[in-house]
Amino acid sequence: MTARNTANAESKVTEKVTDKVTEMRRASRPPEEPEASGPRSGLLGLIVPLGLVVLLACLPLLNLSLPGVLPGATYTPGTLHLLALAMVMAGVALSYHLLFGVAGLLSFGHALYFGMGAYGLGVVMDRLELALLPAALVIILAGVVMSLILGAVSLQVTGIPFAMVTLAFAQAGYVLVRKNPGGATGGEEGMRLPTDYVPDWLVGVADTRNVYWVALAALVAAFVIVTWVQRSRAGHVAEAVRENELRVRVLGMRPFAVKLAIFVAASVIASGMGMVHLLLNSGAVPHVMSAEFTISLLLMVVLGGVGSRWGAVAGAFVYVILSQRLAVFAQSSTIDDLPAVLRIPLSEPMFILGAVFILVVMFLPGGLAALGLRVRALFSRRAKAELAEGTPTPGELVQEDDQQP
Amino acid sequence: MNTVILLAVTGVGLGAIYFLVACGLSLIYGLMGVLNFAHGVFLTLGAFLGLEVAQRLGATTWAGFAVSLLVGALAGAVFAALTERILVQRLYNRHIEQVLVTVGLGLAAVALFDGIWGTDPRFPRGPSWLGQTSQIGGANIPNIVFLAILAAVAVLAGIVLFLKHTRYGMIIRAGVENRSMVQALGIDVRTAFTLVFTIGGAAAGVGGVLASHHFGYVSPMLGQTLLIFAFIVTVIGGLGSLIGAAVASVLVALLQQFANFYLWGTGDFAVVILLALVLLTRPSGLMGRTT
Repeated sequence: MTARNTANAESKVTEKVTDKVTEMRRASRPPEEPEASGPRSGLLGLIVPLGLVVLLACLPLLNLSLPGVLPGATYTPGTLHLLALAMVMAGVALSYHLLFGVAGLLSFGHALYFGMGAYGLGVVMDRLELALLPAALVIILAGVVMSLILGAVSLQVTGIPFAMVTLAFAQAGYVLVRKNPGGATGGEEGMRLPTDYVPDWLVGVADTRNVYWVALAALVAAFVIVTWVQRSRAGHVAEAVRENELRVRVLGMRPFAVKLAIFVAASVIASGMGMVHLLLNSGAVPHVMSAEFTISLLLMVVLGGVGSRWGAVAGAFVYVILSQRLAVFAQSSTIDDLPAVLRIPLSEPMFILGAVFILVVMFLPGGLAALGLRVRALFSRRAKAELAEGTPTPGELVQEDDQQP
Repeated sequence: MNTVILLAVTGVGLGAIYFLVACGLSLIYGLMGVLNFAHGVFLTLGAFLGLEVAQRLGATTWAGFAVSLLVGALAGAVFAALTERILVQRLYNRHIEQVLVTVGLGLAAVALFDGIWGTDPRFPRGPSWLGQTSQIGGANIPNIVFLAILAAVAVLAGIVLFLKHTRYGMIIRAGVENRSMVQALGIDVRTAFTLVFTIGGAAAGVGGVLASHHFGYVSPMLGQTLLIFAFIVTVIGGLGSLIGAAVASVLVALLQQFANFYLWGTGDFAVVILLALVLLTRPSGLMGRTT
């Protein structure tokens, strides 16, 4: 028993030391380095994302099929809807990355702002009889005010208590939309998009490709804003606060203000994506404000690799497409013929995704980004050097509350 | 007056169920720094297995009910102990990863329950006494409320006695106080980790069976819904404080009941506002240590 304990204590000491070393290494990295992943070496760093956007923008005009991944050819409304959903989720996942990956804030209430965007836009159009764009502006303003107030309260605590408080606020929102105050949110059934106030080219099933382009534009905007915030002074300070809040304070900066700014930015992006989601699904259901929704964002970000923008996007695409494909797979005859022991778990997409998530957290803490880095390390020396420095894991990002001395 | 008594007693009963969930959460957080998102599924499993067993043994007999409570506790305890041993312990001291793993387990388990028992709620039957009411000061109180209060008090007393008078209890208390020091003294705290998970799981399992009778249904989401209130209770009570959790459970449930009745069904908001107020004035909770 004692031997085991000594080993334990020793491993703890080594862990502490390695922690310190990684911290020092991170601190000594040149300032343009923190975005440790994604293609970014000069020209290539611009061409690859641009090419990807152009390709995505052309998809509705092309007749490509990816059997097993997409439900049909790329010009069909079903496929476009799925891809647009993936892009909306990628945008929200990016905003969650801003909170979790950059500022180290583990929020369990991010769905509140997404849901506020979705429900808020519908309610404002319906009740104030505003057109789409003015209504969207109102919601963006409301998102700023709401996230300022709630963020200021939640940021009184850090670490796990922060997670709980944000969860509680989001829960209040969830209860509110389910209660259906004044018949505005439609309760459990959800709310329908008030189509009278939306331009015609965004409404019908045949117009799915227009909504698809809107979603693509929103995703690109989200990516640009997140990159900009991350590279701004606030982003750098937020990363510094994540690493060592005391040191930042000693330097005379105010961690609270910076964290609040990041919180507001992430919340507003989420609201924006929520509005696109409302257009895409022609309505909103209480699920978009639930804790499960936030948890699915967490899943995407961790699956893709925390601290990586491309990881968040990739994680969202994998998550959305996988959950849709698994649901189809669950209905298939291959599953029906299996014995109950196998059939029941395999016919529940969330079971499989949850299990994959557990495996990723336990055995591949760097997520898809780390996997990509490992592949690139085979070809590029630079990626190899990055790999040797270690990929960020979820635990490194979040400040531990000083509960245990 | 009758209404006030009714609301007060049923509020305490609801608080009892919150406490059965929150006590495990609070102990686990206090000792290990882990927010256990899978705690709700311990409860749901206890409720479902309790229901199944009661149906087989005769749901309306007291023996069947007693066995269902026992099975619920056992199911919760075993599930929790396995969770700790297989998933949480491997991520030794990596708290955020531990939280993420419990999040994943919560998702996967709820989906599995959906697959096994279906998404529709199921309605448990119990001894006829449970469905009846007793008069206190002119108010008709459902009998299940008394049972829930009794169970919560028993669990609280049991845990307090265990913590005060056994060697492992001492290790747990010391660990909550200062984990590194306990480890430095050469005591293996990992057994204590498994133990708090097991105790918490058992309490949640009992809570599950009682909650299924109290609310009149079991569904795969039952545990996760209660879990959110249990989180609020543990934050208000002070993370890691058992007595704090007990006080806060009753406080939160009473507030919820009264606000629901007198303030047009705004109980859930009142609770969130209370949480915000507590955090603004005492960030460490009512009985948390102010360090």
